[in-house]
Formats: sequence, structure tokens, C-alpha cells
Amino acid sequence: MNRPLLHSMHRCMAVWALVLLAGLAHAAPPDAAYAEAVQALPEASFREKAALVAALVTQGHPNARPLLAAMLDNRLYADDRGVFIADADTTADAEPVWRDALTLNPADVSLGSRDRIRTNNSLRAALKVGLAQFDLVDPDAKVRIAAVRELSGDLDDDVLALLRAQQATDDAAAVRREIDIALAVYQLKDDDPALRLAAIEVLDGEQRNLVYNRVKPLTDPAHEPDAAVRAAASRVVAGIDGWREIYGALETLFFGLSLGSVLVLAAIGLAISFGVMGVINMAHGELIMLGAYTTYVMQLLLPNHIGLALVLAVPAAFLVSGLVGVAIERGIIRFLYGRPLETLLATFGLSLILQQVVRSIFSPLNRSVTSPDWMQGLWQINDLFSVTYNRLAIILFMLVVFALLLLVMNRTSLGLKVRAVSQNRAMAKAMGVRTARVDALTFGLGSGIAGIAGVALSQLTNVGPNLGQAYIVDSFMVVVFGGVGNLWGTLISGLSLGVLNKLLEPAAGAVMAKILVLIGLILFIQRRPKGLFPQKGRAAEGH
Amino acid sequence: MTPRSLLMRGGRGGAIFLAVMALLAVVVPVLNLGLAPDAALHLPDYWVTLLGKYLSYALLAIAIDLIWGYCGILSLGHTAFFALGGYAMGMYLMRQIGTRGMYGNAELPDFMVFLNWEALPWYWWGFDQFWFAMLMVLLAPGVLAFAFGWLAFRSRVGGVYLSIITQALTYALMLAFFRNEMGFGGNNGLTDFKDILGYSLQSQHTRVGLFLATVVALTLGYLACRYITGSRFGRIIEAIRDAESRTRFIGYRVEYYKLALFTFSAMLAGIAGALYVPQVGIINPGEFSPINSIEAVVWVAVGGRGTLYGAALGAGIVNYAKTWFTTAFPEIWLYALGALFVAVTLALPRGVVGLLARRKGGTA
Amino acid sequence: MNLRETVHEMTRRDKVFDFVNRPTERPSRVDISHNTILYLEDITVSFDGFRALDALTLYIDAGELRCIIGPNGAGKTTMMDVITGKTRPEAGQAWFGQTFNLLRMDEPEIAQAGIGRKFQKPTVFTEHTVFENLELSLAGPRGVWHTLFARLDGAQRDRIAEVMEIIGLQDHALQRAGSLSHGQKQWLEIGMLLMQEPQLLLVDEPVAGMTPQETERTAELLTSLAGKRSVVVVEHDMAFVRSISRTVTVLHEGRVLAEGSIDAVQNDSEVRRVYLGE
Repeated sequence: MNRPLLHSMHRCMAVWALVLLAGLAHAAPPDAAYAEAVQALPEASFREKAALVAALVTQGHPNARPLLAAMLDNRLYADDRGVFIADADTTADAEPVWRDALTLNPADVSLGSRDRIRTNNSLRAALKVGLAQFDLVDPDAKVRIAAVRELSGDLDDDVLALLRAQQATDDAAAVRREIDIALAVYQLKDDDPALRLAAIEVLDGEQRNLVYNRVKPLTDPAHEPDAAVRAAASRVVAGIDGWREIYGALETLFFGLSLGSVLVLAAIGLAISFGVMGVINMAHGELIMLGAYTTYVMQLLLPNHIGLALVLAVPAAFLVSGLVGVAIERGIIRFLYGRPLETLLATFGLSLILQQVVRSIFSPLNRSVTSPDWMQGLWQINDLFSVTYNRLAIILFMLVVFALLLLVMNRTSLGLKVRAVSQNRAMAKAMGVRTARVDALTFGLGSGIAGIAGVALSQLTNVGPNLGQAYIVDSFMVVVFGGVGNLWGTLISGLSLGVLNKLLEPAAGAVMAKILVLIGLILFIQRRPKGLFPQKGRAAEGH
Repeated sequence: MTPRSLLMRGGRGGAIFLAVMALLAVVVPVLNLGLAPDAALHLPDYWVTLLGKYLSYALLAIAIDLIWGYCGILSLGHTAFFALGGYAMGMYLMRQIGTRGMYGNAELPDFMVFLNWEALPWYWWGFDQFWFAMLMVLLAPGVLAFAFGWLAFRSRVGGVYLSIITQALTYALMLAFFRNEMGFGGNNGLTDFKDILGYSLQSQHTRVGLFLATVVALTLGYLACRYITGSRFGRIIEAIRDAESRTRFIGYRVEYYKLALFTFSAMLAGIAGALYVPQVGIINPGEFSPINSIEAVVWVAVGGRGTLYGAALGAGIVNYAKTWFTTAFPEIWLYALGALFVAVTLALPRGVVGLLARRKGGTA
Repeated sequence: MNLRETVHEMTRRDKVFDFVNRPTERPSRVDISHNTILYLEDITVSFDGFRALDALTLYIDAGELRCIIGPNGAGKTTMMDVITGKTRPEAGQAWFGQTFNLLRMDEPEIAQAGIGRKFQKPTVFTEHTVFENLELSLAGPRGVWHTLFARLDGAQRDRIAEVMEIIGLQDHALQRAGSLSHGQKQWLEIGMLLMQEPQLLLVDEPVAGMTPQETERTAELLTSLAGKRSVVVVEHDMAFVRSISRTVTVLHEGRVLAEGSIDAVQNDSEVRRVYLGE
């Protein structure tokens, strides 16, 4: 690009900005001037308001920014006592929370004959620029970048000047680059093909939608006469298309992994009770459901600390489901060892009872569990790719649970005993392992993890009596696909089934994808009846 | 094997079962059609339908008992075959509606008109013919069971693995049938039937006729199973249940035996479904739900597996209890059913039949 | 080839279902023209890196009675698993006579070709009667359709009665096999072997848990079978081995350590080292 030219322009603007700053230094004490300008607002004409806005911007009083933002959003009101801001997040019907525009302190007033401070188009444009101007000098470079981005779509001469001034003085390279992009996008409309070409060069490598949308027309001969510009534009567009594909795939992968994490969480407890102990627990889904309801109850107990309630729900759900699990093992399953089909039926009966218990206590209706703030929202990595925090949290949570479980199985004496009993019950007994106790604890561990899975699920779906049923078939599939008795197999199979599901979804639709995965699994089990990672050796041969 | 020995082969329980069937075939029509509606002993119409429903469930239970009780194959997806038979029958009944549907389309069932379908999909062709529909009642479950079983038994998937993938099978079918695009009425399934073979389904006589057909089908199904279990083939499948690999080393192709039995059982389940649909008046994808399959397995467990008549008895007991509970104490029903599962597996491994036999043995 | 020949060729009963039958099923009787009934060559099997069989080579002659001995883990049972199709070796050749390639056949095919097996732990059908156990083992067609309509004829009944006589269970015909004593189960399983009329019998520890009298009768029975059939016996009881066998093979760590007469084997220095730690 034509750096020297732009540079000299920037320098020119910098001088202009310095003049403004000098004017600021000579002004009256800021607070007083601020108050004066604010109090003048209600009575001012649109022209005068524009001047006042300009003055507020130049004063740079910290309270001016929320004021201007409120004015832009039509949330600024006045009555005979002063000027007040209505908080942004109040709903239309309710009486808003008021703040005094001068101090920003909550104002305990109910405004009777309040008047909105009105704006018109040109004033709103001025407000936008003014806000950006505020943000452009914010000490935080991120705020400055956001301000430039906010502006970069539609530049006019004033903003252009502002940006150029900022670019000359800003000490953060990222901000300067951001301004470069904004200016280049503007320059795409220049009459001079050389400048357009230069602008495209600047934008090369950028992936954001704005760049794509503005450069794309330049690939079309109807809009762009110059062949060199068209070629460069095509290159940029192709580059972005490539990135879009990559990010699209990344997004599918991410969705798949988060779905897979849910599957792993739901299945991993089953992998212990089914895989290690050979017990088919059809009530596993209901243990998940109990975990979800535990989360709900914790939130009822701590209504003002949603986040804390969620964190506490993890151990609580582990305990609740784990204890129920131990009770199931002691009460039913231990009488049925070696009779897997009977175990299956008895635990299924139990699942019906548990569902009905929940229906009786909490009603058959779904309950919703609130997510804490840090689980909500979006992590915008760039224009093309963003991840939601709750999905990300689920993936991380799953990994932590899995790591802890591995630790328990491989590094604790319980884990050692569990493995001993699962490999050779009689021998373990002869060595003095209390197998009955180990059975109960193992089953309790698997059940407790089901409870933890329930906590995670409560963040994704509504909590209801049928929550568990939705996951039981999937959980079994994950365990069987991974290879019974293999925790790593469960991890890999859960994640790959999740990704596979999401890969198929765009082409086949959600339900069809699920059906295809099920059919695929049925066929897979025919090929490899022992799963992806079968247990090997003579021990696995006999049974 | 002479016919007489076939009738007696079930022992005392089998004889009682056949006697009850004969009794039902006589008493139900007489009490329903022969007596005036206000007579004290008159059997209300809805009881005829209800009994017919129980008996078709009993046939499903016998089909499950044949593979579970005698061959150790626990299918948690047998209602898939039941529902497929039901859908085949339902498709015939839909085609019989003709122009009497809401949209009055002679070719297309209402839901297709509603979905703006232009023509009948190819897999609906032929279902206006009763014989073709009946063929499909056997073939649809039979072919599915054959294909599924061929894959599963050949690669020696057994025990709980088989149970779990049969569950996945019926779950996948349920999801598929819920889709409108499948062309089986989606969520609502097939309903609003008018008549069968020209007889109105609302008529008392048709209902009794369907009931009698169910009695006959159940009796024949029972006798067929009795023949199978009494033959050398039956002794081989029991041998497979008790010592599968030994059976192989004697030279029997275990997978063929299991496949033949599984396919036959699926067809029986299909017939049960076909008898169920016209009496109940609706078939929807809920019939595929894995829960239903497990419930059906519990009928067999409650009655006593490996006896055939025990399965039929269990289907009757549990379903009557369900009818009674869901009207008297709807919220208790699931507790009762769940407790039944647990109690039967823990305390009554041989079911009610085993209990009766033991009491009898104790007093003798 | 003219049309008539073509038609004739296509309608030949043994050829029609060529595409269905696997080639290995074609020969109906074992071909022992070279006087060797079983060839095992370089058979290798390993479980998780542990070599259960290590390039095992073994030949059994037609009509021979061979004893296989060896310490625990020597690979005796694994060898039987390979012969009967339960375990597939990673390398090697296994032929039954000249024509049956055992590595291409599964358990029922091998059983139908004429190899019978008695397990270490007696495995009978516990819910069936003694009579039914023998009936199921009866040589003959094994097809689904056939067994659905099969009836026992007089000759078959006689055969079952004869075998019950041989195994001393004629008074227990209608008794449930599960209620027999351990020794009786061993005998019943031997009886089931006899019913199959195999050309090669693999017998794993037949006298474990038997009284001396029973052991003696078993020895008699096995010796009487040899000649017409080939018998391979795996046994720990050296007195029993001495009483029946002409040739003994010693397995150790998955390969043949020594082979020869019982005296020669017992005096072999390698064998003494392995068994007695000398």
C-alpha cells in the first residue's frame, strides 16, 4: 500500500487532535463544566445538543460515556430535579432503575413528569462518533479495538479523521492494525484502482465478515472494472473461503466433542459398573437424573449464589447418586451376580420406581436449572469462529472427571482392588480382598459419576423425570463401542460418536444422524463384538 | 409326533392353557352377543376388545419366551417386530378408508394429503390387498429379524450385548418412524380405521370376530412353539442355551439354529401386532419404544419362562394389573410395575408358574 | 462340451450348490491314504505377547493312541483349541487327513468332518436327560430343517442303548445329566464322543476325579477305540499314561520337547530337567 501518503495524512490529523487536546487543557474544572453541560441538555435544541455532546466528548469526563450511551439508546430522561439514566437492562413494563446522570449513583426517585431527552439522526451519528471517541482513548487497548471495529463498517469524514489521529498516536500495534483495516475497507470504495488494490493488499489475510462482504463485490466484473483488483479480490475471497471451511470443520469438531463429552460423562459410570463389574444397570440413567435434580435442589437452597450452588452440586450429586448406587448394589444386585439378564430386569424395574419417586416429589414437569454467568455467553475467537462457554465447560469438566477417575482406578488401593476383583474374583478373595465391600464401593463410584454427569446435563437441558432415559441407550452404545472394561476406550468412543453424530447432522438431519449412528454401531458390533479396544488374553476368552 | 401328543406335551399347565383358550372362544361370544346388553352376565363390548388386546400381548409373550426361555436369547427389541406387524396391518386398514378420510382422497391416506404428497410411496403399494398385507405382517418382521440375526449370531454376539443392540434396533426404528418423511404417519401413526375385509371395525360382531381370530392365532402359535420345543430342534436350542460351545463341538451350526428360532419368533410377534392394531384402533411409533419391549420381557418373567403358557399367563396378569391400576391408582402403577420387576427377579426366578408348581409339590 | 453334457454338469447334485458350499466342505470322509490323520506344522499362538504355542509341529498317525503330557501352561489345551477351530493360530498349518484344512473351518465343520473333543471340565447338557444328551450327539445330518422333523429310528435307538451300556449309564437314561456324579459326567461325555463316531478323538484329562476302577475302564475303552480311530489323550496321571499309550509326546513352552515310548521319554534328560528341575 501507499504507506508514505497515508502516513503524511495521519500526521496531519495528529496535529488536529493536538489542537483539540490543547483546548481541553484550557477548559474550566472538569466536574463543573460537565455538570453545566449535562444540566443544559434538557432545554437545548438539537443544534445546541450537538454542541453540548461535542463539548462532553472533548471534556472527557468519565461519567460522560454512560450518559452518551444512554442518550443514544433513548434512556436519558430529565425532570425538574435533574437528568437521570434508566438502566439498560430494565424491561419495558417495569419501573426502571434510575441513576443520577451526574454522579451515576442510584437515584431513589420515581419520576413523575419525566421527559425523554430526544435525539435526531444527525445527533445520533454524533453520539456514535462521540462514544467511539471516548473508547478510542480508553486506556484498555481491547476497548479501543472494539471501538474501531464498531466504527469500521460505515466511516464518514469525521470518523475517518478521528481514526487517523488515533492511529498516529496509539502505542498498541493491534489497535493500529485495526485502524489500518478500517481505513482499507473504506478505501475499497476509492475511485483510484491503485488505491483499491492497495486496500485489498492490506486486507489480505483478514477473515472477518466485513472484509468478505466488502471485497466479494470486487471480484465481479460488473462492479469492478480493473482486472488486477479483481484478481487480488478473488485471492482474498478464496483465502477467506478456505478459512471458513476450516473454521466450519473446527466448529463441527467442537460441537461433536461437546456432545461426545456429554456421552462420555453419561457412559463412564456405566463403564465402571458394566465394564469392570459386569453388571448391567438399567437404572444408570435415573442416577444421572438424580444428579441433575440434586443440582436443582442446590439452587433452590442457594438462590442467590447460582455459581456456588453449581460447584457444590458436584460433590452433592456424587454423594446422592453414589449412596443410592450402594443401596442398589446391597439391596438387589448382589443377589444377582452371574445372572446379567436378571440384573438388567431388576434394575429396569428400579429405574421405573426412581422416575416415579421424582415425579411424586418434584412433579412430572420439567424444571430448569439456571446457568451461572461464567457458563453463559460466547467466546468470540474471531469473526468466523466462536465457542459457547457452557459447551467448553462441559468438555473441560469431562476431562477433569475422567482424569480423576483414572487416578482413582490406577493410583488408589480401591482402584487396585477393583481391578483385582474384576480380573479374578476368587483369587482376590483368597488374597484377603473383601470382595463384597469392593463391589459396593465400585458400584457406588460408578453411580456417583452418573450423578456428576447429571450436574453437567442440568446445564444443557431441562431437568425432568425422563432425563435419564434419553441417555441410557446412548450410554450403553458408548461402552460397548469402546470395548467393555476399558476407560480409555469409553473416552475415545464417546468423543468419536459425538463427532460422528455432528458430522452426519448437516447432511442427514439430527434424527437421521442418530439413526445412522445407531445402525452403524449395530453393524460395528457384528464386526468387532468386543468393541474398539477389547480386553485381551486368556481371561477374556472364556466368558 | 401325533396331534394328540402335541396337545398333551405342555403337561398340566399346557392342558389348562388350551382349555382356557377353548373356554374363551365359546364364552366370550356367547356372553357378549348372546345376552341382552342389560343382562347380568352380559360382557360389555370394551371387555371383548380388552381381552383381545391381552391375548395379542400373550402371543407376543410366547414369542419372547420361545427365544428367551428356551434359547437364552434376551431380546429387548421384540416390540419392534410386534410394531412392524402392526404397521403392516395398519397400512392395510388405512388403504381401506378410501374416500371416507377427511380429505376424501381415494389413493392417499389423510396424513399424506396433509403433507402435500402427490403419490403413494412405493412401499405402500399392494397394501390395499388383504393377502399382501398379511404376507407383509410375516415378511416385514421376518426379514428384519433374519437380517439382524444373521449379522448378530454369525459374529457370535450374545448375552447382554445382544440385548443391548436389540434395544438399539428398536430405538432406531422408533426414531425413524417418528419422522414424517418416512411415510408412516409420523408422530400420530396410523389411526381412524374404518373397516377390515368390508366389516366395520365399530361393529360388535367384527370385534368378536377379531377376538376369535386372536384366540385361534394364540392357540396355533402356542402349538407351533410346543411342536418346536418338543422336537430335536427344540432340544438343540436348549442345549445351545445351556452350553453353546459344546453344541458347536458336537457339530451343530449354532448361528443357524438361533437365526431360525429368532426369525420365527419375530414373525409370531408380527402376527400379534397385526391382531392388536385393529382391536386397539391405532398404531404409532410409541409401540417401538424400548420400554415396551422390556415390559413384555417382564410379562414372561412374571409368568415363568421356559413354559410358554407361563408367558401367556404373565401377559394376562401384568396387563390386567396395569388396566386396574391405571384406572384406580394411576400414580401407583409405575411403583407397582417397578416393584414387580424387582420382586420377580429376586424372589420368583421361575415366575408364577414356578410358584404354583412348588406349592403343589409341597403339599403332595 | 455339448449341450447335454452342460445340462448334466449343471444338474449334478454334488455340484449344484458349489457356490454355496465352501470348498473345505466338499470332501465327506477324511482321507488318510498317507496313514497320517493329523498334521500340525509350525503352529504359533500367542496371547498378549505370551507364546502359548511356539512353532509346534506334531503328526498323529491313523489309528494311533497318543498321549500328550507336559507341565501347566505347556500349551496342551491351546493345541486342542487350534485343532477344533476355537482358536486361530497366527502362523502354521493344520490339516485333518490329506484334504481338510482345519484353519479354514469353524467348530461345527470340524466336528462334522470327524474330530470329537472331550473337555477337561466335563461339559454335558445339564438340563437334558442322559438319553437326550446322546441323541443330540448322534452322528448324522445337523441341519435346522432336518432336526425339526427328525425321529429316532430303531437302529439309532439301539445305538444309543449300546453306548449307554458301554458307559455304564443304562440305568440312568431318563435322569437329568446335571444330577449325575462327576465321574458319570465324564463317562457321559465320552459316550457323547462315541455317538459322534469321529475319526479323531481329542480327550482332555479323561480320568480326573475318577475312582481307580473307573480309570481302569476308561483305559480299556480308549485302548479299544484305537485302531479304528485315532485318539489323542492329554493326561497328567502318569500311571494312566503308562497303561494305555505306546507313544508319548512331551510339550513344553508351546513346542515338542520329546517324543517316544514312555520309558524313553521318562529317561530323557531334557524332560527330567523340565519336570524335576534337575
